[in-house]
Amino acid sequence: MSSTVESLVNKEYKYGFVTDIESDVAPKGLNEDVIRLISAKKQEPEWLLAWRLKAYRGWQKMTEPHHWPNVTYTPVDYQAISYYSAPRTQKPLGSLDEVDPKLLETYTKLGIPLSEQKLLAGVVAVDAIFDSVSVGTTYKAKLAEQGIIFCSFGEAVREHPALVQKYLGSVVPASDNFFAALNAAVFSDGSFVYIPKGIRCPMELSTYFRINTAETGQFERTLIVADEGASVSYLEGCTAPKRDENQLHAAVVELVALDNASIKYSTVQNWYAGDENGRGGIYNFVTKRGKAAANAKISWTQVETGSAITWKYPSVILQGDNSVGEFYSVAVVNGRQQADTGTKMIHIGKNSRSTIVSKGISAGRGQNSYRGLVKVLPKAEGARNYTQCDSMLIGNRCGAHTFPYIDVQNSSSSTEHEASTSKIGEDQIFYLKQRGLNTENAISMVVNGFCKEVFKELPMEFAVEAQKLLGISLEGSVG
Amino acid sequence: MLEIRDLRASAGDKEILRGIDLTVNAGEVHAVMGPNGSGKSTLAQVLAGHPAYVVTGGSVRYRGQDLLDLEPEERAQAGVFLAFQYPVEIPGVTNAYFLRAAYNEIRKARGQDEVDSMDFLDLLEEKLKLVDWEPAIMSRAVNAGFSGGEKKRNEILQMAVLEPRLAILDETDSGLDIDALRIVAAGVNKLRRPDNATIVVTHYQRLLNYIVPDYVHVLSNGRIVKSGGKELALELEARGYEWLEDTVGAAS
Repeated sequence: MSSTVESLVNKEYKYGFVTDIESDVAPKGLNEDVIRLISAKKQEPEWLLAWRLKAYRGWQKMTEPHHWPNVTYTPVDYQAISYYSAPRTQKPLGSLDEVDPKLLETYTKLGIPLSEQKLLAGVVAVDAIFDSVSVGTTYKAKLAEQGIIFCSFGEAVREHPALVQKYLGSVVPASDNFFAALNAAVFSDGSFVYIPKGIRCPMELSTYFRINTAETGQFERTLIVADEGASVSYLEGCTAPKRDENQLHAAVVELVALDNASIKYSTVQNWYAGDENGRGGIYNFVTKRGKAAANAKISWTQVETGSAITWKYPSVILQGDNSVGEFYSVAVVNGRQQADTGTKMIHIGKNSRSTIVSKGISAGRGQNSYRGLVKVLPKAEGARNYTQCDSMLIGNRCGAHTFPYIDVQNSSSSTEHEASTSKIGEDQIFYLKQRGLNTENAISMVVNGFCKEVFKELPMEFAVEAQKLLGISLEGSVG
Repeated sequence: MLEIRDLRASAGDKEILRGIDLTVNAGEVHAVMGPNGSGKSTLAQVLAGHPAYVVTGGSVRYRGQDLLDLEPEERAQAGVFLAFQYPVEIPGVTNAYFLRAAYNEIRKARGQDEVDSMDFLDLLEEKLKLVDWEPAIMSRAVNAGFSGGEKKRNEILQMAVLEPRLAILDETDSGLDIDALRIVAAGVNKLRRPDNATIVVTHYQRLLNYIVPDYVHVLSNGRIVKSGGKELALELEARGYEWLEDTVGAAS
């Protein structure tokens, strides 16, 4: 068996290539001039520059959260990173046809065709972010027919400033935490979505993030607003080239679901994870949060297989009565990866309900921590939470940790917490091999069974993708 | 079909099989009996290629191939099937999905086309009848929450679907009540063909009332100490295993 395992371990990260393209890169380091430069490059209004500078001044007084997350890494040198990188173009782009062929080729190679006619069945609109800028958004015109806005953040600032100003920072304030403050100061691009009252978005919306240039960080910001009675399903995917240095990705995602609205947000995260000795890989320090008004629903589904370090807690503020929050997560660590991830469900509204299903898989020397907070405030009469937190260990050198925090201040509410830890057994693998499956398929079957409750929450085409991804991430992990 | 010569195997530094000789031809049913700890289950596991055991000597030829040289999945693809004494649970994976995956792996290995889920369901319907089961069982997760009897019945269903050339039933009767035992045995009997063979590993003679063997072998302390026809099982039932162990003790 060991020779098979050996060959699988040495399998390459499929998305590790670099696109050779000329880029405009800001000088390394962070100061107010750099922030002014980013803002000027993006032709931003004065209020937004002021917002950035305020965030930056706040950030300077904050310290990186080193103590509470269960991860260890070499500290980030914030002066050694470039905060802006964009592929150089001759002129502003009028349409997708004018996008640099090298960029189109990059996305085709990643399996994300930036053409509209390709997808007739199961249509997905895509916003493609390359380093610091959006290089193209598909189906914009078709969506606009229903009043739906789907565009890059930069474009939204220019075209829909009132909407952006109203909701920017309304869920994740610039002062929220160290990485959110950094993002507010230097964020470059991201996606913006607005679904008007009563409209059900007719297709999946998605953003595909790609970090290309070395020694840059990616700081994107996504803002999704579903107006009263509106609904949308949104997916993000991410990859990066293989590099020996760590790269920083500090994103912010804000979801606003007004009365009776619903937002489903799915992530398949496959940033470069570093090599088997822990060299290189992305530091993924992300703040994601949604605010649900009365009868609104926000659902997070994440499949986290990449990144050297993951620090991420997609949360829901259940502000309105009868609001619903969900968090379905699969987090996989292999090699030397470390993940500290989970959610926060803050119950404010009466009869608000939340569901948390977390599946952690640890292999190699990976360390996986679930960290979750369920908070029920005094006015949240009849609030309910159900949490299920399962860990699976593959091999003897990895770890699984669970840090649940439950803070209940209303006696009519109910919270449930279930947790389990299992070890993928040699017996399970042998049983499947005895039925004709090879080791790789056997592991994949056991792991996919373990993650089933989460995968069934993903949109169909992405569920298939996620299953494949999981197979790749765990190749060679059983010896 | 199967020729075992002087097979020796250990778990850790403990030798469990200490020179097994056994020949099984197509169309035959062999019963391997013996007291607890005699090495019966180890023999079954070693033939299937369980990684917990190390073969330290001897040879196993299976249809002209060196069986010991094959990975467990290659043995399965070549038609060796082990009905487990303790079938393993795979939560979240439906019986139907699992069985189709196994069925297709074996077909692929034999150069046949894979079967899609609709065709497979038709095939399943037929096979379910063999073990007197409702289709609802196929949407439950593999063995998860199954009773002991259901798990064993599931093993026989898998055997019916995969149509092995050599089936090894490891203590398939343990934990079964008499009704379940009848169903399981009937399933096995219906699968008997002139071109396949079965090795039934059991502690008790009871199962052999239903699955009638052509040969009975008694294992003691890692060796076959006596072989005979089906009447040997009855004699064992009457006189107990000690009778044989005493004989062996006197001989050595």
